[in-house]
Amino acid sequence: MSATETSADRPNGSGAAALLAAGIGAFALALLAIAADQAVWVKGLMVFYKPTGPLSGVTTSAIAVWLISWAILEARWRKRNVALARIGTAALALLIVSLLLTFPPIADLF
Amino acid sequence: MEITTRALWAMIHGMGFGALYLLACSGAIVEIWRRYSPATTSLASAKDETFLRAYLVLMVVLAWLAVLTGAYIVYPWYRAAAPAGTVNLAGYPQMQLKSNPGTSGWHSIGMEWKEHVAWLAPISITMACAVFFRYGRGIRNHPQLRNAVLGFVLVSFLCAGIAGFFGAMLNKNAPVQGGSVIHLMHGGNR
Repeated sequence: MSATETSADRPNGSGAAALLAAGIGAFALALLAIAADQAVWVKGLMVFYKPTGPLSGVTTSAIAVWLISWAILEARWRKRNVALARIGTAALALLIVSLLLTFPPIADLF
Repeated sequence: MEITTRALWAMIHGMGFGALYLLACSGAIVEIWRRYSPATTSLASAKDETFLRAYLVLMVVLAWLAVLTGAYIVYPWYRAAAPAGTVNLAGYPQMQLKSNPGTSGWHSIGMEWKEHVAWLAPISITMACAVFFRYGRGIRNHPQLRNAVLGFVLVSFLCAGIAGFFGAMLNKNAPVQGGSVIHLMHGGNR
């Protein structure tokens, strides 16, 4: 970033990275929740804190996926302008699909 | 007037952090929609920008406190297993709900959805806050970014609403109770 750069002309890559990473994190949460519900071995693996059960591992792992993907995307895109319309749509789609996948009657279809 | 420590934590989690987050969501949606639209005639000032940043930080704190207190303080009490032969399941909300076909859905759908969907709210609002810290008023020049962030805040509002609704209904059907009793005040003989 140059000394004269303002927030107005800042490349959109940083925002796109934050958006897509949030979508990926949300999707990871939904997938892990389904996996822990369907497979006994995943359920066992996800118990990071016994009183909370598999929810502790599902959420902690999803947060890790979110933050790691954010760091990687930020490093790659922060100085660039990217196809924000496509990335924003994909991120929102991931979030909405995740919302639906966490709904038990839908999650039970898998 | 008394309250148990478990009921107090459930109240702090839901009526404190959760409800405050829901209230704050509506304000954030209006502010982002109205003041940061490329078409707005009332431009956000530096003071407005600072206000929204502080507001979003508060929302991030509320969202994380809501899910963390829920998952690590209240939920273990909710899912505690009763010793074999326990007849009175009042201290074991999950088992109490599952013991009756009329209430089992509050667990199998309500809690199962709530415990996961609620986490989409802090992820979304943390992202929105980070984007505003990075772009500030300049987000007006990135309408696609602003629209996508607004979409995430709207979905986070929906997720928090779902979690809040089921939290209230679960607590109505099988409240988290127990722990030491806190005496709030003495009632009169009216």
